[in-house]
Amino acid sequence: MRRPSWVPEGTDLDKPNAARVYDYYLGGSHNFEVDREMARKAMALWPELPQIMRSNRAFLRRAVTFLAERGVTRFLDIGSGIPTFGAVHEIVRAVRPEAQVVYVDRDPVAVAHSRLLLEDDPGSDVVQADLRDVDDLLARPEVAGLLAQGEPVAVLLVAVAHFVTDDEDPWKLIGTIRDALPPGSALVLSHASLEGRPDQAEDHQKLYQRTPTPLTMRTHEQITGMFAGFELIEPGVVYLPQWHPDQPEAVGEHPERMTGVAGVGFRP
Amino acid sequence: MSTIPVSDSAERFHEAWARLLSADHGMAVHPGLLRGLVARTAALLHRAQQDEPFEPRLAAQAGAELVDAHFTDPVLLARAVELLQAQPVGDARGPALTGAFAAGWAAALRERTLREQEAIRTAADTARKEAERALRASEARFRALFESAAIGIGIGDTDGNILAVNKALQELFGAAPEDMTGRRVGDLVHPEDTPGVWEAYEELISGKREYFQFDKPYYRQDGEVVWTHLTVSLIRDDDGIPQYQVAMLEDITDRYRLQERLRHQATHDSLTGLPNRAAFFERLEKLFEEPEPGARFGLCYVDLDGFKVVNDSLGHDTGDQLLSAVAARLKAALSPLGHLVARLGGDEFVVLLENCRGEQEAVAAAKTVLKALAGPVLIGDHKLAVGASVGVLERRVSTTTPGAAVRAADLTLYRAKEAGRGRWTLFDPKENARAVSRYAVSVRMPAALDQGEFFIDYQPLYALADGRLAAVEALVRWRHPQLGVLGPDEFVTTAEETGLIMPLGRWVLEQACGQAADWIKRFGDAAPQLNVNLAVRQARSAALVTDLGRILDTTGFDPARLQLEITESTVVGPEDEALRTLHGLVDLGVSLAVDDFGTGWSNLAYLRDLPVSGLKIAGSFVGDLHDPAKDESTGWRIVSGLVSMAHALGLTVTAEGVETRKDAERLRTIGCDWAQGWHFGRPVRPGEIARRITEEPQGRPVGGSSAEG
Repeated sequence: MRRPSWVPEGTDLDKPNAARVYDYYLGGSHNFEVDREMARKAMALWPELPQIMRSNRAFLRRAVTFLAERGVTRFLDIGSGIPTFGAVHEIVRAVRPEAQVVYVDRDPVAVAHSRLLLEDDPGSDVVQADLRDVDDLLARPEVAGLLAQGEPVAVLLVAVAHFVTDDEDPWKLIGTIRDALPPGSALVLSHASLEGRPDQAEDHQKLYQRTPTPLTMRTHEQITGMFAGFELIEPGVVYLPQWHPDQPEAVGEHPERMTGVAGVGFRP
Repeated sequence: MSTIPVSDSAERFHEAWARLLSADHGMAVHPGLLRGLVARTAALLHRAQQDEPFEPRLAAQAGAELVDAHFTDPVLLARAVELLQAQPVGDARGPALTGAFAAGWAAALRERTLREQEAIRTAADTARKEAERALRASEARFRALFESAAIGIGIGDTDGNILAVNKALQELFGAAPEDMTGRRVGDLVHPEDTPGVWEAYEELISGKREYFQFDKPYYRQDGEVVWTHLTVSLIRDDDGIPQYQVAMLEDITDRYRLQERLRHQATHDSLTGLPNRAAFFERLEKLFEEPEPGARFGLCYVDLDGFKVVNDSLGHDTGDQLLSAVAARLKAALSPLGHLVARLGGDEFVVLLENCRGEQEAVAAAKTVLKALAGPVLIGDHKLAVGASVGVLERRVSTTTPGAAVRAADLTLYRAKEAGRGRWTLFDPKENARAVSRYAVSVRMPAALDQGEFFIDYQPLYALADGRLAAVEALVRWRHPQLGVLGPDEFVTTAEETGLIMPLGRWVLEQACGQAADWIKRFGDAAPQLNVNLAVRQARSAALVTDLGRILDTTGFDPARLQLEITESTVVGPEDEALRTLHGLVDLGVSLAVDDFGTGWSNLAYLRDLPVSGLKIAGSFVGDLHDPAKDESTGWRIVSGLVSMAHALGLTVTAEGVETRKDAERLRTIGCDWAQGWHFGRPVRPGEIARRITEEPQGRPVGGSSAEG
């Protein structure tokens, strides 16, 4: 049973947290020993993890720039975590200074950090909400306000949907968001894939079992299914480096080693 | 030193520098931003190499800018140092420049790290405070809910310590807060607690059940009793370990009192306050529901002598006062002995002795009644002498029914009255039968047969070896308009005396053979054998063989499935004319059994000469096994001896009066063939027999279910 919304979620600093572990992979210090301990363990098993995270961050940057250059000025970043560097509002402002960004995360520490960071930024809002309680998320005034303007909104689910289990049905949750979006809106999604490094998948998922956010890696087909009701733009759902690389050679020889897949789709 | 032109080397450094920064972390940086960073830092480093005087600050700034752009990976520092060291520099400033660059990078990283640690700690702190604030707010909501709930709520730990109670519960208990602290759930026991409530409580706190509900009384602080509807739930922690119990209590005292009053009115006599006729019958019938083997009970039927005179001469008010006084005396004298005193109506009272230990105890109760009423009763100016007559009945529960017992007690009372007032009379079966016949039976019986007042019940006989329904015994009943349902022992003797046994016996044979033929038609071999009792007078009648032959013809009933039960007194000698009739019956294909063996003349040697194939051991043999006054092992030796003797004569043995599973099992081991008794089922309507045939095709386990109905 999910607790009623007026019963607060605890801030459990004794357990590693996905957002802070991600920050550590990216070379940041917004983390605690418990996070670093888990990240070190993961890296010992899978040394390429920091590179994979950077690749994901690079995808975010390219996708946001891509959309901003095509006139999108409203961004809803769900599972924003700790925007160590290259936060969405920074990227988008380089192209669209008037852009509005709403950051959403369920972790109270990440939210508190984002609020500190964005205190003086009038174009950004931070909301504590949970993708799994999507109706509550969409009903938050900041989120509802962004959607109510009728202008296209880019919804970012970057490295987030794999923290939603099959039982919690991420496809249905994304469908609910899709139905709330104005026409011309976009979905930006990246997701840990089972196929890039099948040898690593099991151990890696096990490590996340003891965090508040267990990891579910999925097949290419399952991930593509999350774009139901969106028109995927070229090249579709591909490995992270393959999506609109800055230069052709940036893809590298083994894009599958980055294991994550990503895509961008528009709602007609 | 190097001879390569400075501009060339600067260009190559710039290219190498750009390649270095584009890799790894650089991928995540916007290309435009990255180009700017490369240009800025390369220029700073170039100036550090060329400017005079040497400014290490510039190299340090280049290092710091990298960290500001999040180039925090030490691998990058190592590569940058390599590049710088490979760069030819005009004077000896190379190592100092590289050192300044590394120091600038490190100092900026240190600052950045501290800043970020500070930021994340502040964020964690803020989040924690926010969570605490929200927790306080939710606690406040819960507290408000708890405090202002109209229902009483109490919280205790699993050791039974009461931790908190709300205002409503304090009011319910009429207690101040300090009265409740330190109390334990176990202190709240009340003598009228529903059986099972504390067992349920133990199960709850040990985690075996999640909640329970009961209506439960409590003592208030002022000693008054409050009745509540209680619900207790178990609260577990995240690991499922029981932590707390939460009790919710709703005050139902008014509703409970009203129910009690209604119940009291329905079950008590308004004049005397004694349990009324309905309550008495309810208690009596309960005794018969699931009696212990060998259980006994007693009844004292009390009727005041000369009450009518008091009523007629002094008026109803006085009469009523007299009844109240009598009721009070009876209650005072008999209730302490554990007996129930009820008023049946008019000037009739009854004393019920549950778990009676024997005739003496019932007689003692009757004497107590007479003694209690011996002294005169003062009503106003009148000193009234009241006497009473008492009919005493003391029986084993299994030998009678509530209706028959009450009727017998009533008739016994009548005999007491007839014998002279102010005395008690003990029930006597013979006297009872005589009384029944005298007052009601003989006169009415001829008409009763014509008017369809008789009917037949069937009692099952089971084969002990395989639990099969082997036979049923037909038992005639008379639904008498005034006396209720009478059993054969109450009217058969009269029927024999008056000769009515002949048409009645014929009627029974017709009915039972018709019914048994129908069972065979419906169930084939699964249908039981039919046993029918034969009265002595029937056996002596020459017409019996003819009558039976005709009945078998009409009903189409197979004579091999019919067994007639005769008593030991049917045949009194080798020359007895009854013997010829019995042989005639056997010639028809019918078998014979001796019923109630062991109670009559019991000429063992004589059994050999009778054309019988079965023997039924009288119920008293098995009944005596439970008589504390008689030695059980001797009893079993007698039964066992009877079985062996019957088997030696080639007879099938049936034990009657089997009331317990244990006895059934023992009888099976000593080789007894069939058994009959409450353990296997009382006499029932034919439909119930049909139900047993269809629903128990495999029979029933001999040690199996307990007594029926």
